This record gives sequence, structure tokens and C-alpha cells, in this order.
Amino acid sequence: MLSKRVIPCLDVRNGQLTKGVKFKGNLDIGDPVKMARRYYEQGADEIVFYDITASAEKRGIFLDVVERVAMNIFIPFSVGGGISTVADMRAVLRAGAEKISVNSAAVTNPHLISEGAEAFGSQAIVVGMDVKQTAVSAQIPSGYEIVIQGGRKRMGMDAIAWAVCCEQLGAGEICVNSIDADGTKEGYELNLTRTIADSVRIPVIASGGAGSPAHMLDALTKGRASAALIASIVHYGEYSISEIKDFLSAGGCKVRPLTDAAVAP
Amino acid sequence: MLSILDYEAGNQTSVLHALQHLGIPGQVTARASDLFASSGIIFPGVGAAGQAMRELTNSGLARVLGDLVALGKPLLGICLGCQILLEQSEEGNVETLGLVNGSSKRFSNDLRDENDRLISIPHMGWNGLRLKRRNPLFKGVSPLAEFYFVHSYYVEPDPDLVLAYTRHGLEFCSVYGRDGLWALQFHPEKSGPAGLTILRNFYKYCRQAKFGDRTC
Repeated sequence: MLSKRVIPCLDVRNGQLTKGVKFKGNLDIGDPVKMARRYYEQGADEIVFYDITASAEKRGIFLDVVERVAMNIFIPFSVGGGISTVADMRAVLRAGAEKISVNSAAVTNPHLISEGAEAFGSQAIVVGMDVKQTAVSAQIPSGYEIVIQGGRKRMGMDAIAWAVCCEQLGAGEICVNSIDADGTKEGYELNLTRTIADSVRIPVIASGGAGSPAHMLDALTKGRASAALIASIVHYGEYSISEIKDFLSAGGCKVRPLTDAAVAP
Repeated sequence: MLSILDYEAGNQTSVLHALQHLGIPGQVTARASDLFASSGIIFPGVGAAGQAMRELTNSGLARVLGDLVALGKPLLGICLGCQILLEQSEEGNVETLGLVNGSSKRFSNDLRDENDRLISIPHMGWNGLRLKRRNPLFKGVSPLAEFYFVHSYYVEPDPDLVLAYTRHGLEFCSVYGRDGLWALQFHPEKSGPAGLTILRNFYKYCRQAKFGDRTC
């Protein structure tokens, strides 16, 4: 039986780490390769990197980070942010990532998902979606709407319908980020996570709102997510990945145990 | 020196990075002379079986692999490499290398997990093993260790060769082999410390196979 995954998420700008709260007031906290290495050694099951570099000309710096990460951690990792073509996908996969994550570019051009799945296989394509709660309407029957640009732009699309569409187009996983919960540290949006997990067969990653290991346990059990994305609760040393896994395991959630020490040459 | 087989269906770079991290000399190569001269071969693979077989046949590597195995050169198949060492694959119904008896089958869509939920295909993520037999590859690896899998097809080799099983809707063979010829359905290069230990054990076996006689 597959283990539930614990996935730290690192935002990278100009080759350096940042962590934003509600996408505002980001502050630098260090070297992404060192941080990734630390999470790898603590037992992270996967790592996500988001490139939030604004300018396209600095893209090379980020690819260099991806290459150095690939040489230093021996677990899968995915890369998102600014990926809008199959050529972008190829560049990060060549640099050593296992998966790429598309978000707003897939909303405006859904064929990006099928083209990516065709070229690299579904297992390589994660669709990230930012979701905001809204009034139930004919257009948004679930009351969950797809948004882009950090929540500033509403797309008039129902999140559940979009998730089903992504699966049909060949997405291998869906990462559901609640804009309402993101940065609050008050817990994941469990109803949203569960509704999407029950609507598709591919794995769902819960994102946004983690403030404690108990929130993660809820997302992985009540929310039926396959994985939980975390950021600030580990970035500032509040919890280590191993402490989180001990908690999840004690709560009856199957996680990969840390059995072997990091193998040195 | 370990050689990682270079063909258009591999994740050779990830495997090379893992060897480099372990301080194991390794090279990515498709030259027969390099392959014959190395102490062991790693045969990785991602993608579709048919495409990979075409690559191997057209490049002549299919034949070279057969010769290497016949000579007793230690070989480690990974993921798709594990599947195409067998005779046949349901993926495109292709004949594969036939170096080991058996075939690859697709996970059926109606399989359910322990909680009665339909399984996800591909089988992707971390899963454990039930070791059936001790073998040198797993020396020092905890029985609780988990490994990273990404595949939609699973292998059914000669039952005598099965070394470990894994559960995903059904119990399938996740490791098979005999001394000097092993195959892993998971990715040791992406399976953290436990996976790296397996790669190091393979290298140790290769060194002993090559130099062992002289030291005795």
C-alpha cells in the first residue's frame, strides 16, 4: 500500500529561497539546495520547487538550482512556476526534475496538460490549482472557483469540474491550493480537498494552511489527500519532517519510515 | 567502473548522480567495448516498452546485452529495464529481450486497495517490499524500508526468481533475479538512503565478481 507523502515546498526567487504569506511580503531565507538537502535527510518524500522569479532572463539561474538539487537529493522532486510550454517542461526535466507543475498556463491553455502528458508521461505532469470559495451559482455549482495570479483574477471555472478535466487531459496528480487557507496556518481546506479527491482517481496533494502536524493528519485522513504540502511550519524550524512523520504515524497514517541513515561515500 | 546503459529511454543522469554521490566510478555509455570492460552494468529505463525495444534493437544494444548476460557480467535492471529483460510485454504487445523467462502485464483498472478504493494507475509513490529470499542487494537494508515506484505495468517472471513482492491492488513482483542478474521495479536512485544502499551493494558484488578470484 502506498504511503502518504510529506512534501516541503520551496519558493525560489533569483536562485534564493523565499516564503510568502498570502503571496505578499516575501523575505529571503537562504540557499534552496542546502534546504532541500536538509529535508531529504529528515525524510521528506518529495520536494516541490516553485520559481517565482519575475523576469524570464533569470530563468537560467533557476535551472542551475534544479541541476544542483538533482546532484544532492535522491528522492523525486517537482518544479513549477513560469512553465507555459512543452519546451519549458523539457528544460526542467532535463535538468533533473521528475515532475513539472503547471498552474495558470494550464487554465488558459488546457492542451498544455495533454501535450506534456503525451511527451513525458502522465506521471511527470502535476496540475496545481489555486481555489477560492465563492457563492454557489450555475457556473460554480461547488462554490469553489479557480483563480490565478495569487487569487487576484477569478476565472469563472468550477474547481471540481476543472479537476476532472485535468485528469481526462492526462494529469498525473493534482495539487489543490486553497487561497483562503494559504498562509493562515489554521489548517487545510478539508472539504475542498476531500471533494476533489473523491471526484478524481489520480492522487491529490493538499496545499495551503498547514500550521501543525495535526492539520496534515486531517488532510491525509478526512481530506483523503495522498500527500500534504508544507512550507512555513518546517522552514522556520518549528517542526522537523521526522517529527511530523512520527506524529502522522502515531495517528494511524501510513508514512515512509526513516530506516537508514543518509548514505555517505 | 559501472556502466549505465545509454539509450533513448533512460534516466541515466539520475543514476549517475547517485553513483557519484556514493563515490562509485560510473559512466553513461552505449559502446560495446566500454560495456564489456566494466565490472557491472546498470540498465535503467523510463517510457514505453515498444519504443525502448526499437532503440535497443536498432542500435545493436539488444544483442550486446544478451552477450553480456551470457558471459555472466553483473547486470541490474531498473523500472522499464526490469520489464524488458523478460520475454514479452503487454505494453504494445511487444517481444522484449527474453533474457529472463516471464512477461509484463498492465495493472487492471478495476483493482481496489485495502480501503476498497480503486487504485491509481500508474502505481506512483513510496511502497514497501515483502522480501521472499535473502540476497546480497538488500544487505543492510531495513525490512521496513520503502522505495519509490512509478509504473503502470508489473513483471511476472519465473516464480523461482522472485525475490520480493509489493502490494498495489494485488501483490506483484517488485524484485527478481539470481546472483549477478537482478531487476528492480522501483527506482533505487530516487529511493533515498535505502535505495543508495542497494546501488552500493550492487557495486560491491561487481567488484567481488571481478577481483574476488585473485584475492582468494
